[in-house]
Amino acid sequence: VIANEARVIREPSSGEPPEESLTAAAQEISQPPSGLDRGVDRLFRGTTLAVAWATVLLVVYIVWHIGAVATPAIQKHGARFLVGTTWDANRGEFGILPAIVGTLYSSVLGMAIGSVFGIAIAIFLSEGFLSSGLDAAIKALGLSDRRGLARLPDLTESFLRITIELLAAIPSVVYGLWGIFVVIPLVRPVADWLNSHLGWFPPFSTPLSGPGLLPAALVLAIMVLPTISAISRDALIEVPPKIREAAFGLGATRWEAILAVIVPTASTGIFGAMILGFGRALGETMALAMLAGNANVISWSVFSPANTLAALLANHFPEAGKLEVGALMYAALVLLAITLAVNIVGTLILQRANASLRGLR
Amino acid sequence: MAATANRPDSPESIDLASLAWSLRQPRSAFSYAMSVVTGIMTVSALVPLFSVLYLLILRGGRHLGTAIFRELPPAAMVAGGGFGNAIVGTLIVVLIASAISVPIGVLAAIYVAEFGPETRIAAAVRFAAKVLTGLPSILAGVFAFATVVVTTGKFSAPAGGVALALLMVPTIALTAEEAIKRVPAKMREAAIGMGATPTQVVTRVILPTAMPGILTGVMLAVARAAGETAPLLFTALFSEYWMSNTSPQFLPRTLGDLMKPTASLAVLIYNFSGSPFENQIELAWTAALMLVIIVLFINLAGQSLAKRSESR
Repeated sequence: VIANEARVIREPSSGEPPEESLTAAAQEISQPPSGLDRGVDRLFRGTTLAVAWATVLLVVYIVWHIGAVATPAIQKHGARFLVGTTWDANRGEFGILPAIVGTLYSSVLGMAIGSVFGIAIAIFLSEGFLSSGLDAAIKALGLSDRRGLARLPDLTESFLRITIELLAAIPSVVYGLWGIFVVIPLVRPVADWLNSHLGWFPPFSTPLSGPGLLPAALVLAIMVLPTISAISRDALIEVPPKIREAAFGLGATRWEAILAVIVPTASTGIFGAMILGFGRALGETMALAMLAGNANVISWSVFSPANTLAALLANHFPEAGKLEVGALMYAALVLLAITLAVNIVGTLILQRANASLRGLR
Repeated sequence: MAATANRPDSPESIDLASLAWSLRQPRSAFSYAMSVVTGIMTVSALVPLFSVLYLLILRGGRHLGTAIFRELPPAAMVAGGGFGNAIVGTLIVVLIASAISVPIGVLAAIYVAEFGPETRIAAAVRFAAKVLTGLPSILAGVFAFATVVVTTGKFSAPAGGVALALLMVPTIALTAEEAIKRVPAKMREAAIGMGATPTQVVTRVILPTAMPGILTGVMLAVARAAGETAPLLFTALFSEYWMSNTSPQFLPRTLGDLMKPTASLAVLIYNFSGSPFENQIELAWTAALMLVIIVLFINLAGQSLAKRSESR
């Protein structure tokens, strides 16, 4: 039927190349599906549905499988595992409280530093600072009649955005290497000064002996910064222009508008970005395994060496015996539970942020 | 402003000078200061990236030469050496991971974007992909260890491939879904109007049109996977040797060659970074430079591909 219709449509146009070939071509490209086509179609659609199910089941299976492998260790060590403070494979004594504390402490520090910079960058890139600043500079230099300079603000902005995204592309093991040879030597004099002058303040109460929580948290901050700035920037751009314009119309300065109107409107999205950055920091392994010092210590001091769940897994798994592998699986399950909870909360917050902004439009 | 001041009903109590934009006014001075501070913070965030790149070129560039491709990792205190086996190993593990994750990611994306976008299973797939994005990479390694390594009884390249595939699937699925959704509806309708089955619409019209976007997602996923260390630590482990005993030594000849511990650039950097020997640390820097070159190249290629497909 379709082939016939195609012929009817084609026929009146007589001025074009030979009709014969046109109808032949039309017949070839438009025809009802054969039985084989329909069979293939059913098979292909079935395959995609099966694969879609498989990805969902995969997540369930990961949780279930790690849980199943960890079960013997859970039964054996029970809740003592979560509050124990020593990890000694020879004596069969396993406790991960220092690792849990270290994971949370380093991630909170990293997320806090990363958020300050990430949100500042998001504001800088989304509120037109570059274009107004560069325009003023171009005018001041008397170059405004140069054509090529008109695109400069856009180019600078995309250069900045891509460069910040590239921060996320550098492998974490390379950051670890850089941290060992650059961040630790840089931080040490500052840490020594803070410790000797402000040693009464708990976070500065120990000297930095080399690897420690602060260098690890600084590198973590660099690694979560692109996540936080990209998602916050999206949230700020989503703020409807009329809200911004209303603030300016009331006579607000640029920063009054940003701090009192734009950031509060985008706050749910920014908060979601911080939570997702926190989730990334929790699971980050290599930088912490290389920089945190791998010591089972619980301390308020940011200069003290520490341990994290992920670093514990990375350091002990390759040479673990059977007993220790069980305990490590238990630790992996704890890490999985923490990160899954944080990520699900972050995703839900972002969904709510989108929904609430929709109402403003 | 002069016009406002001259209006007869203008309230006398407003000091118009306080509304002027001047750095002597606290309001505008604050605004100006904040602008400068954010600008400085943005620029300072670029410092780490350039510091990393500078050091990589400075310390890693010294040993760059053909020897790094031809030779094996050196023992302590031995001059020279390379990491040819680690480059090959990284390629093979990433290849295995792509072979697993690309079909899964693209097929799931086709279902979610094309066949059942409004269904409950599509929402579940999207949620699962987002949860997988947040899966710590070390847990992908733990999972691959518990499934592949425990089942086969060996540390091997496929075990590393499975771990990396787990990290690649969500990136590929989410970007492919976006790419498929961007295909104009009129192209889809034209194909349907010609009597194409849904499968023909997807394979002949939608996939070719969405290909640049899908490839971008694949390349970003590959770039991320190539740099991952944690999932390989106890799945592919590491090896000091080439993959095969017969020439050419970098090619695995049999399945047995593949089912052995496999070297990778990322794990080499980790192992050598903690080494007390200067020659191994220097090689770690060279390997890091190599890895960053590979990762940034794939990343930028993927992004330029995305930009080109957008402008079309």
